[in-house]
Amino acid sequence: MLLGSIVAGLLGSLTGLGGGVVIVPLLVLVFHVNVKYAIGASLVSVIATSSGAAAAYVREGYSNIRMGMFLEIATTLGALLGASLATRLPAGILAVVFGAVLIVSAGLSLQHVDPVSTSDPPGHLETLLKLDSAYPTPEGLEEYHVRRIPAGFAMMFGAGTLSGLLGTGSGAFKVLAMDQIMRVPFKVSTTTSNFMIGVTAAAGVGVYLRRGFVVPGLAMPVILGVLAGSMIGTRLLVRMETRWLRIAFAIVIAALGVEMIYGGISGRF
Amino acid sequence: MAETKAAQSSWTDERVEKLLGTLLLTGVMISGLVVLIGGGLYLLRYGRDPVHYENFDPQQASLHGIVEVGKFALRGDGRAIIEIGLLLLIATPMMRVVFSMVAFALEKDRLYVVLTLIVLVILLLSLLGRVT
Repeated sequence: MLLGSIVAGLLGSLTGLGGGVVIVPLLVLVFHVNVKYAIGASLVSVIATSSGAAAAYVREGYSNIRMGMFLEIATTLGALLGASLATRLPAGILAVVFGAVLIVSAGLSLQHVDPVSTSDPPGHLETLLKLDSAYPTPEGLEEYHVRRIPAGFAMMFGAGTLSGLLGTGSGAFKVLAMDQIMRVPFKVSTTTSNFMIGVTAAAGVGVYLRRGFVVPGLAMPVILGVLAGSMIGTRLLVRMETRWLRIAFAIVIAALGVEMIYGGISGRF
Repeated sequence: MAETKAAQSSWTDERVEKLLGTLLLTGVMISGLVVLIGGGLYLLRYGRDPVHYENFDPQQASLHGIVEVGKFALRGDGRAIIEIGLLLLIATPMMRVVFSMVAFALEKDRLYVVLTLIVLVILLLSLLGRVT
């Protein structure tokens, strides 16, 4: 199980999808762990990897802390909703939703559309929240603008709900909200998303802990494994071509998604 | 005037970012270590027992209440030590939020102090509240 968690952490960090999307199907399909325990262990490990990775990115100055803080209101509220839904829904339904989200994430991880930066003058809300910022590029600091805040906020609420419901970081959806809706540069959206995942997951784990989703004996190998895997992953990422890996991984994820849906419908969990 | 103010605040932001990074890393390292120690003890004691996680039973999961966890941890119970590691892990992003709030207060950015406080209240609600 420790080995599996290391692999999950490694793959999660290499592809940017996070360990949760691998760890839950692994625990459920291979180790026959109940879906609720699996998402409990997974969400705890999400805090560990996100905080570890965020530490590195924040120091480099890519993350937009103001934007992260503001959007965390949406994601933590969503996580509360998602986690309390998870405590009420039967395991089979959770498995089906998980499977569907896996398939969507697999698709998302393949397409990468560069966000188009806008030069529209900022509206009232944008000025009030002071979200526009700059990030380091090889040519020095580059300024960018943040737009369509209400739509981004709503999307973040949804991402938070999924995170709490399924025990994942749902980073792919956070990034989508930031770069496709709010038009934030890719580097900023991925690092800020990582920064937010830890807080979002903490909100979900609070509920999980009180509802008995987190078993120490299971959480222990998962946390340690995913943490080790993601550390190796971040090192490798710097000098690896991940395009093919992404495609292969997307196929595996989609297959796991189908398996989860099938298992959920046939009442196996 | 406006320019110097902006420059000052960006300088503070940068320093805050560095400190935040250190804080996050320290939190993860410490909690990882505690989980590792607890895990070792846990395996020594229960390592050979078969485990069953097929059926969900909320009663089985965790020790109840922080006092109980502390008591067991002092006795060297692996499960309780893992739980303390887990709590430290959750505390890491929470500390991060508290730290941001202080930083915004030092920058006299009232709006963001309030926004950060909202996030903190939500987090506390999730951990302690009975609503959910």
